[in-house]
Amino acid sequence: MRRSRWPFVVTIAVLLFFYLPIIILIVNSFNASRFESGWQGFSLMWYQRLFHEPEIWRAAKNSLLIAVCATAASLVIGTTAALALHRFARTRLQRFHFGLVYTPLVVPEILMGISLLMLFVAAGVELGLFTIFLAHVTFCISFVAMTVLARLQDFDEAVIEAARDLGAGWWVTTRRVLIPMLLPGLVAGALLAFTLSIDDFVITFFVAGPGSTTLPIRVYSMIKFGSPPLINALSTILLAVTFTAVAASQRLSRARR
Amino acid sequence: MKRESRQKVQEILVSWPSLFWLCLFFIIPTLFVFAIALKPANPYGGIGPGWTLDNLRALANSNYLTVAWRTVWISVFSAAICLVLSTPIGYYLARVSARWKGFFLMLIIVPFWTNFLVRIFAWKVLLHPEGAIKKALALVGLIGPQTSLLYNSGAVVLVTVYAFLPFTILPIYAAAEKFDFQLLEAARDLGAKPFQAFSRVFLPGIRRGLLTALLFVFIPALGSYVIPDIVGGPGGEMIGNKIAQRVFVDRNLPLASALSVVLILSVLAPLLAVLVLQRKREKPESLI
Repeated sequence: MRRSRWPFVVTIAVLLFFYLPIIILIVNSFNASRFESGWQGFSLMWYQRLFHEPEIWRAAKNSLLIAVCATAASLVIGTTAALALHRFARTRLQRFHFGLVYTPLVVPEILMGISLLMLFVAAGVELGLFTIFLAHVTFCISFVAMTVLARLQDFDEAVIEAARDLGAGWWVTTRRVLIPMLLPGLVAGALLAFTLSIDDFVITFFVAGPGSTTLPIRVYSMIKFGSPPLINALSTILLAVTFTAVAASQRLSRARR
Repeated sequence: MKRESRQKVQEILVSWPSLFWLCLFFIIPTLFVFAIALKPANPYGGIGPGWTLDNLRALANSNYLTVAWRTVWISVFSAAICLVLSTPIGYYLARVSARWKGFFLMLIIVPFWTNFLVRIFAWKVLLHPEGAIKKALALVGLIGPQTSLLYNSGAVVLVTVYAFLPFTILPIYAAAEKFDFQLLEAARDLGAKPFQAFSRVFLPGIRRGLLTALLFVFIPALGSYVIPDIVGGPGGEMIGNKIAQRVFVDRNLPLASALSVVLILSVLAPLLAVLVLQRKREKPESLI
């Protein structure tokens, strides 16, 4: 039977569609032209200019701080949620619990942003880095819980029972058996939470206050009001950082195996 | 009995951190949105005392109706294009050799490690009057020098498809991976034309993947805000933009809440529809 060529053609076309904008953006970040109208020679001037923007560095620091704290908090809460969902599955409480953990994954970001804003306004909480942290933990919990739950679901309960039978207490079982076995799931969940936190714009935008600018908020105001070549340069740096991080984590997970 | 109650205590101990956090920061805020939609605004950008239906009445404004209608058709179009493009890709990935499969999956996921804003910005540059696409199309004569590719609903659909395509490719691929391709050959042997076999055997076979993919693009598209904000212009505004304008431009939180209630309800509708559809379809299958 002769197979149709169409699926292959569509795949290649879509991949081109995916990469075209990103490649043009990277190329333009080295373009000496100010208005993106044609190539006017190779230049690093936009990168140099970027280093003289203190606002960007301050925003990057804020983003990093929030991402680290939100990752830590959501890792703890998300993991306990996954343990509860796995260990006590099928009770009525856990059915409700699962719905509660799952729903934030399908709710559009803007709804989470506006509802948290309403909560903070009604409770009289001042908007700033702390409210951003609370919001980020809220959406990261679900992603961490789902990642860890997936890991829990394909592991062997018998190992834990064996540890118990051999006389290990609750703490020793957790520390010497459960956590090492869960580690890949925990690392994956933490990475996901960190990336989501550092990338989030919509929810952050709603709950940010004056003086709590994060990197995505800075990028947004540059897109709206700033000069395009500068954003090209910043985007290229962000791209390089993400690629390095992901490549490193892939290398790490392969080495462990 | 004693063992059971100890289990219950254990269960509550492990469950309370997430239950507490999500009740406080997810359920209660959502209830606040519904409540504040029924409150009057005060002149200082806050929430006034008493209750009112004015915000809901304000929604009947023809401007909001236009935007609501546009939100729906942009989401429908984007979802349809995503599914049409993802299906052949899922089919291809499921049939290609393991080495190529890993390579292509990698290529599909990699661009989406980049920041969402950066990807939208890249399109703003491309579609710009001075950008590459405009120049190329004008050169070939497909568009006049005055046509604008940016700041209209078409640009919003294009960028929405770009942003959500990987989220539709992956579930469709996962479903196609489980599909038994010998069924296609059987259909052909029984005299089906290639397209008939594809549409009457393959598509029903990956139905679950298609439904998941549909939800993954349609729901976020309904709540889109950044994409229409950056490439849509006034002619491409969606309900998300209206919510943001009420919050950031004229600081009318009750009206923003009323708009959000509409969005919440319109997100719930397709979600429930798919749940019901999946449950109905599953029953006869489980008998086999």
